[in-house]
Formats: sequence, C-alpha cells, structure tokens
Amino acid sequence: MKAVAVVGASLAGLSAARSLRKQGYDGRLVVIGDETHRPYDRPPLSKEFLAGTLGEADLALEADDEDLRAEWLLGTRADGLDRTRRAVRLADGREVRADGIVIATGAAARTLPGSEGLAGVHALRTLDDARALRDELALGGRLVVIGGGFIGAEVASTAYALGLDVTVVEVAPTPLAGPLGETMGGIVSALHTDHGVRLLCGVGVKGLSGGTRVDAVLLEDGRSIPADIVVVGVGARPCVEWLEDSGVELDNGVKCGADGRTSLAGVVAVGDCANWYDPRLGAHRRVEHWTGARERPDAAVATLLAGGALEPGVPRPPYFWSDQYGVKIQFAGHAGVSDSVTVEEGAVGDRNVLAVYRRAGEPVAVLGMNQPRLFVRWRKQLAVPGSR
Amino acid sequence: MMIPACRLADLPRGEAYRLDMDPPVSVFHTDDGEVFAIDDTCTHQDASLADGWLEGCEVECPLHASKFDLRTGAVDAPPAKLPVRTHEVLVEDGMIYVRVSTDAPNLPPCIASRLAAGPA
Ligand SMILES: Cc1cc2nc3c(=O)[nH]c(=O)nc-3n(C[C@H](O)[C@H](O)[C@H](O)COP(=O)(O)OP(=O)(O)OC[C@H]3O[C@@H](n4cnc5c(N)ncnc54)[C@H](O)[C@@H]3O)c2cc1C
Ligand code: FES
Repeated sequence: MKAVAVVGASLAGLSAARSLRKQGYDGRLVVIGDETHRPYDRPPLSKEFLAGTLGEADLALEADDEDLRAEWLLGTRADGLDRTRRAVRLADGREVRADGIVIATGAAARTLPGSEGLAGVHALRTLDDARALRDELALGGRLVVIGGGFIGAEVASTAYALGLDVTVVEVAPTPLAGPLGETMGGIVSALHTDHGVRLLCGVGVKGLSGGTRVDAVLLEDGRSIPADIVVVGVGARPCVEWLEDSGVELDNGVKCGADGRTSLAGVVAVGDCANWYDPRLGAHRRVEHWTGARERPDAAVATLLAGGALEPGVPRPPYFWSDQYGVKIQFAGHAGVSDSVTVEEGAVGDRNVLAVYRRAGEPVAVLGMNQPRLFVRWRKQLAVPGSR
Repeated sequence: MMIPACRLADLPRGEAYRLDMDPPVSVFHTDDGEVFAIDDTCTHQDASLADGWLEGCEVECPLHASKFDLRTGAVDAPPAKLPVRTHEVLVEDGMIYVRVSTDAPNLPPCIASRLAAGPA
C-alpha cells in the first residue's frame, strides 16, 4: 500500500492516521477534512468549553510535538469516491488517489425545518457552533433546549450553571429511554428537575416563532414557551451523502463489519458514520460515542493493512460518558436487549447509582452515576469474551 | 522521602491502593506480581487512576480511557496528553514503601486551578 486517504479530520480520522503510523505504515498519508480546524475534541463543546472553563487550545487532540508525516487538506470537502480510479474527489475539483481509504466523516447535527435564518437558534456539533452558542449564553436569558438526549441535557446543565432560565422539551414520554431504558432514563433525566430546570415530556415541537430573532418555541399541544435562545439537540445524521453511487454500501451510515471493512475492498469506515456489525448484538449498530471513534480505528487500520485477511476480533461493548449537573454518568453495553435492570449500589435519590441490566440473568449493560470505580469493574466483566 | 503504603499481602494482584496524600499517589499490583506507584490523578480531568482498568503494565483511566504505562507514566492517546509521575517502590519485610518523586506533578487543569486558588 503506497497511499492512504483518510476522509474526516476529527477523532476517528486522527485515530486512524495514528494507528496507520503505529502499525508501521510508511507511505503517503493524506487527511481530508472540511472544517478548517486541526482535529479537536467535541465532548467539551457542551461542557467546559461552553462554560468558559476550557479554551480553544485545550481542545486540541494532537500533542504539541506530534508529527504523523501526513498531508492535511483542511477546509476541503470530499464529494465523491471513484472506485475504478481509486480516488477521492474533492469539492474544489482536485482529487486524491489512494489504494487505501478510511471513511471517517462522522455525523452532522439534525436541524429543525423552518428554523434557518432565525437568530438565536443553535445546533451544537462543531467548534464554530460552540463559539456562537457560548457567546449568546453569556448574555443570559431564557433558554429552551429542544431534545432531552445527552447533548441537550449537557447544554441544559451547563446553561443552568451559567445562571440561565432553562426549559427542556422532549417528544418522548421519558428522555434517554432509547439508550438507557425507561427506568434509568427517568432517573438520569430527573437531574433536570432536581435543579429546577423545567422538563416538558411527551410533547412535540410545532415550530418556532419570531421575526428576525426567535422569541418562542411553539408546542404541538398549543403551548408557547418564551425563549431568548433555542438549542436544537435532536440527534445527528451520518455524513455519507458523498458516498452515494460509490459502490460503498450505505444503510444508516456506512455499512461495515466490526473491523470497519466495507463492501469495497481497501475501504474501511470508522467513527460516528460507521454502521458496524456488533457480534455481541448480532446486528449492525451505529454508535455515536467518543471511545468507539478512538478505539475502532485500530482494528480498521489493521484490516486495511492486512488487505482484509484478518479475522475480526470482538470489540469491547460500546461505552460512553456524560457529565450533567456535576454528576458523572457512564454507560456500557446494550440496554435494548435487557429484560431487567437492578440498582446494585447507591441510592437513586442521591443520584449515585450503579445499575446493571441483564438478559436471562446475564449482565448486558451497566450504568453508573458518580460510581467510576464500580462501573469499571462491571464494564470489565461485560467485556469478557463470550459474554455480551 | 520513603512512605509506607500497605502490606503486599493486603494488596491482591490486579488491585490498586490509593495513598491519601496531596496529590494522591496509587500503588498498583499487576497480575504478573509487579508493584508500581504513580500519581493517582489522571492528567486529563479529575479521575482516580486507582479506580481504573488495570491490564498488564497499563492502567486505563476510568472516565475517558486514556492509558498510562505504570513503568514510565507515559500516556498512549487522547484525551489525556501529559504523562503521570512515577514513583520508586520498595518492598521490604512484606511492606510496600513509596519514594515520592520530587518532580512537579502533571495535574489536570481543573485541579491545578483549585490548588492555585489556595485552600478552600
Ligand atoms: C457537543 C458534543 C458533546 C459530546 N460529548 C460526548 C461525551 O460526553 N461522551 C461521548 O462518549 N461522546 C460525546 N460526543 C460524541 C463524540 O464527540 C463523537 O462520537 C466523536 O466526535 C465522533 O468522531 P468522528 O471522528 O467519528 O466524527 P466527527 O467528530 O463528527 O468528525 C467528522 C469530521 O469529518 C468532517 N466531514 C464530514 N463530511 C466530510 C466530507 N465530505 N469531507 C471532508 N470532511 C468531512 C466533519 O466536518 C468533521 O470534522 C459528543 C459530541 C458532541 C458534538
Ligand atoms: S479523566 Fe482520565 S482520560 Fe479523561
């Protein structure tokens, strides 16, 4: 292999570039990213960066003296993949020919139709988004967060700490029920009301009102919630449009194996854009978590360098963390396949629980709130080969 | 300065013991039976490495999974970027002693700023 192109210059792309060098790849390495920034860390964007306790320099993912001997094409979008010529087409007309391609284009925040051009309405995915939101939060006022998922909840928590008046609107009856299940979703999202942040559940958003600037969020039940700032946290969609007609199979992102191999030889996919086969689950799953974007490139790069001849190993169960209202939330595994969940340690009222999800008596997932020590012990147990 | 930590017999393999000092130091007993001491606080944020995932000569931070080499203190990958201090360990008459390094610790920004602000 003489040339590898990594498309996407964030955590998964950088991790892939690092893995390539660490695994001995010595050829040409081109990293293509549409943002103008060097790779930066997103989790602080809804937490310390938004709160103003971390600056932009602190977000850098690369070490000061790091040199991957890569060509960085930043501020450049890839808009096609030509499999016969083995080339990545760039929006500016250039192309990058490569015998190995790593797809790491991540995901983009979903927006609310009709909210374009209305001042005071924000999504949060990129550094530029976070700068804009941070500057507005500094002015204070009434914030309405649409979506009670992790990003929405973190923004609510950060804004609450900054002294804003915060309301969270969630269409589902219980926030976080998807990733955590009803019971624990209810317990974690109770953090909002513990702190006097209003949580309106089971009601959809009809639209926004305002002239040039938003002034209210209109709910489907006819209510109107006054707002100076609105954050739309309704999930993300994989950035894979550029791969249409490329021969790479797409299905809720890039369909790939546990080791990132796609339907095209010499092309692997990693990070938030990858809908990978999870052998523990027996199904494909797209996981939008930091640790997967950091770890799975190791396996994908090994596969790429071995020309696909490697037997894929079993990855560790998906893991993510979140920080809300001073509580460290950690989760690993798959809540969806469980038939029971029990609190093994701590008190629900104190929000310091360790809960274990089981299926037919076997642990399949674990949730910790301010329980890092026990959490790690359980997470380790979940990862034992043969278990889920 | 040599500080007595705990008895080797009281620290099973695969476990860690946190010494309550400022900043805290942790002693790790690996599955292979070696004993190491490093600063307990992750260099990224406020996490106790004694709570982490010990495998071979590496401990993985319990929060965001950067791995630190117990022998050198080196960190493998982000989000942590700085190594932790390592400390000399001596086992004598079944007792583990730690000689605390005189280097400056690499504390995470949240703790460093708290220390700089003085005692609460
Ligand atoms: C605000 C926020 C907070 C988060 N907090 C947590 C947390 O607490 N815990 C946790 O586990 N996870 C968290 N995450 C998730 C985590 O950050 C992601 O899982 C991770 O960033 C995924 O990395 P990635 O490289 O796959 O994708 P991304 O980080 O999305 O990077 C993809 C990159 O590719 C670029 N790109 C897209 N299309 C193209 C194209 N056609 N050509 C060139 N470049 C392209 C994008 O601009 C982007 O820079 C958070 C995410 C956000 C946004
Ligand atoms: S606190 Fe250790 S890696 Fe983040």
